[in-house]
Amino acid sequence: MSTDTAHPVRPDTTPRAAPAARPRRRIDWGKYFTWAVLAWLFVPITFMIAFSFNDVSGRHNVRWEGFTLRWYGQAFAYRDLTEALLYSLAIALLTMLIAGIIGSLLGLALGRHRFHGKNSTNVVMFAAISAPEVVIGAALLSLFLLAGVKAGFVTIVIAHVMFTVSFVAITVRARVITLDPKLEEAARDLGAGPWTTFRLVTLPMLTPAIMAGGLLAFALSIDDYIITSFVSGEVTTFPLWIWGSTRVGIPPQVNVMGTLIFVVGVLLAVVNVIVARRRR
Amino acid sequence: MTITAHERADMSRSPIAGTDPTPAISLHGVSKVYRSGSETVTAVREVDLNIERGEFFSLLGPSGCGKTTTMRMIAGFDDPTDGEVRLTGNDVTGVPPNHRDVNMVFQSYALFPHMSVHDNVAFGLKRSGVAKREISGRVGEMLDLVELGDRAGHKPAQLSGGQQQRVALARALVNRPSALLLDEPLGALDLKLRQSMQSELKRIQREVGITFVYVTHDQGEALTMSDRIAVMNEGIVEQLGSPAEVYERPATRFVAGFIGTSNLLTGTAGEARDGGSDVRLADDHVVRAGTALLPGAAVDMTVRPEKIRITTHEPDAALSRVRGTVTDTVYLGSATHYTVRLADGTEIVVFCQNTSDALEVAEAGSAVWLSWQPQHSYVLPEAHASRPAPHTPADPSDEETHNHA
Ligand SMILES: Nc1ncnc2c1ncn2[C@@H]1O[C@H](COP(=O)(O)OP(=O)(O)OP(=O)(O)O)[C@@H](O)[C@H]1O
Ligand SMILES: [Mg+2]
Repeated sequence: MSTDTAHPVRPDTTPRAAPAARPRRRIDWGKYFTWAVLAWLFVPITFMIAFSFNDVSGRHNVRWEGFTLRWYGQAFAYRDLTEALLYSLAIALLTMLIAGIIGSLLGLALGRHRFHGKNSTNVVMFAAISAPEVVIGAALLSLFLLAGVKAGFVTIVIAHVMFTVSFVAITVRARVITLDPKLEEAARDLGAGPWTTFRLVTLPMLTPAIMAGGLLAFALSIDDYIITSFVSGEVTTFPLWIWGSTRVGIPPQVNVMGTLIFVVGVLLAVVNVIVARRRR
Repeated sequence: MTITAHERADMSRSPIAGTDPTPAISLHGVSKVYRSGSETVTAVREVDLNIERGEFFSLLGPSGCGKTTTMRMIAGFDDPTDGEVRLTGNDVTGVPPNHRDVNMVFQSYALFPHMSVHDNVAFGLKRSGVAKREISGRVGEMLDLVELGDRAGHKPAQLSGGQQQRVALARALVNRPSALLLDEPLGALDLKLRQSMQSELKRIQREVGITFVYVTHDQGEALTMSDRIAVMNEGIVEQLGSPAEVYERPATRFVAGFIGTSNLLTGTAGEARDGGSDVRLADDHVVRAGTALLPGAAVDMTVRPEKIRITTHEPDAALSRVRGTVTDTVYLGSATHYTVRLADGTEIVVFCQNTSDALEVAEAGSAVWLSWQPQHSYVLPEAHASRPAPHTPADPSDEETHNHA
């Protein structure tokens, strides 16, 4: 078809179809597939958001009964739910910070340096990711009992850092591997010492990956149920509270808070994308 | 004229009559061995170089010959396994790159992608604590020099390859280093841009007067731009000299083959007379060499394709001449390239300018004569050195001269 201009006349071929008929309409399967996946991902979330506006009267928020903003006004009506949410947020933020720092350093070391035990570190990291949460939770609980540590806020944070740090490390390591070492050499060549080079060149280039890893840690922490349930002690987090209330009926406030968390998460992700784009 | 004397002259020669004789960069017996497990790679082998101030010096050689490694040892990214590097006379062994007064332009440019063009160029000045006001002045000046004054606010990704290249150059030059190291700086550019950047680089070098050490595997680039060239092969400097010297009087077979096109003829030295020698080639042709040789010595000679004349009639007997059959002609407009096969199978390439008095074009398959001035048969010194017995020289001024006549 593209040779048409080169051979305007080709008597030996059968008469060509009219130009309009030539480009056969192809069904763009890729497009439909993409929409299907997006729907799969977002329908549950849409339901959660929609039912935060549901004007329910009974205990069970499962049937649409009309639109209201009431629940947003009374979002913090249940004191223990609010407390659980605040615990969850505090734990998630601390996890993000601690796992973000440790995981970034780990990722940097794994991506950049050769050292003794590098391979075993990799194996341990993947083991931490792939091990069933029940196993990790049970193991952590017995560890804390053995060590005589009282289960509570601190043990939850320790547990969350433990299972999120690998995700941060892997995200950062992937970026470190693709970093051009010539950039750091150029900085050294231009008079920067090792620390200045790290601060002005390496760190800014890793920031998007570090932020992505931190967000991942935050997201994993805030909705963790299984591991948390083992090590929570007296503390009730947001997921634990919801689980506890399922038998008596989940109030619409849960949907409201879920929606708020979702919105904050989306905003953070958008900020991360913008920052990453500006650095490119 | 002896070759050894020649080489000695090349080594000690400085094209720049500087006031201070200390070379900008000197390498003494520098070697670099890489070890990975049980394997060792000798990337650079006992290299001695003196690079003079203000000189445009090229390191030329094929891929993997150790050019980058040599450069990295000068910049301080790698330490030599053996030998020492001196910058303006001071031994810099163990001195990190940020404390060396040389700057490097990387082949991949290595611009900081998260900084603007201005901040990239200002990076070095900020590190050395230059006052803010002075920084913006010098950065502006430098960007003007590389004709990018209007792009100061752009990010590197928003620039073309050639523009990025010039930012990389400006970023290094703005620090006024004692020497600038350029590792195949034009390697990523297309031919047109390469050529314009070559003259641009030469212009900038003349304007700033800084020593340039230029790495390239492109012999044409090295010949046109350099004051002196070090031709490297497998970690060794095979020859050091001006472009004309390495082109006209290659020291080794490798140099002869690597720089330009050259025809290699092997033969045996015959009678020596009038400061020259007869050489009997493998196909029994006898040609004249401009160097007197010991009779019976094995000889490698090169003849540049543009020095050879191609004729259908028999040329003057005073010339070096051989007979062969044209196997290929390539018409290039202003010139024609012929390939001629001698009786023993040796192929000789001839470049013939298509001037108005050029003879009728020889066709493939026709029998022709090739002829050239005896002084254009250049005898490779390597052959004498590597083979036993013969004493080569016949330069009347040389004390080692033996009279064979
Ligand atoms: N870090 C290293 N470890 C092991 N071997 C190396 C290392 N760097 C270089 N080499 C080897 O040293 C030799 C010279 O390499 P170098 O990079 O100096 O070549 P070059 O002349 O710059 O080649 P090119 O024109 O391809 O850039 C090569 O054989 C290379 O494989
Ligand atoms: Mg190289």
